[in-house]
Amino acid sequence: MKLAVKLFARARDLAGTSQLEVDVSEPATVLELKQALARACPALAPLSPHLLVAVGQEYAGDAQSLAEGLEVACFPPVSGG
Amino acid sequence: MIQLTNDPIDFAALTEQVRSNAAGAVVLFLGTVREFTHGRQTLRLDYEAYSQMAESKMAELLEQARARWPIVKAAIVHRLGTMELGDISVAVAVSTPHRDQAFEAGRWLIDTLKEVVPIWKQENWDDGTKEWIHPGLKKSP
Repeated sequence: MKLAVKLFARARDLAGTSQLEVDVSEPATVLELKQALARACPALAPLSPHLLVAVGQEYAGDAQSLAEGLEVACFPPVSGG
Repeated sequence: MIQLTNDPIDFAALTEQVRSNAAGAVVLFLGTVREFTHGRQTLRLDYEAYSQMAESKMAELLEQARARWPIVKAAIVHRLGTMELGDISVAVAVSTPHRDQAFEAGRWLIDTLKEVVPIWKQENWDDGTKEWIHPGLKKSP
């Protein structure tokens, strides 16, 4: 399935785009999405151990499964305040 | 009440919003743009958010705080976009019956916001470089 992954902050700058489309085979987990992102966009490599994933606007662990149509976002640690 | 805004934060109005005859204490926290960080000089900061998730996380924080402390009223406002030195980037206002509760709840709200709400700041240093701040990550080249 194809997932449109929203990117923010340094992840967006390194990827050069605010949304990246990645292809993952079903059934897929967040970990597999991270691996697919790394393949699709090697520029994200320096961030990869630290990248956080949100599915449906909730933080998602590596084991969480993904489904088509869910909103997915990927970003480095937050620094608001 | 939670809000993301591109406009300056009216902290006096926000404080007024959380005042109540049921509360004996009001605590207001303001985060402001600091000029020097470990000897480096900041010209301005740019903030961006994953807005929908940031709003829902901020609302969750208020809910969690209400479960822990007897909050009468509470509000969090975070500003986005470019901010100059001294500008207010975030305001947390809490009212409770007694002061300890207000200090504790306000402290927890700002600490937890900085850990979980998807908002990022980018430094604009005085040497012309820009740097996204990502705690735990090495600085960008």
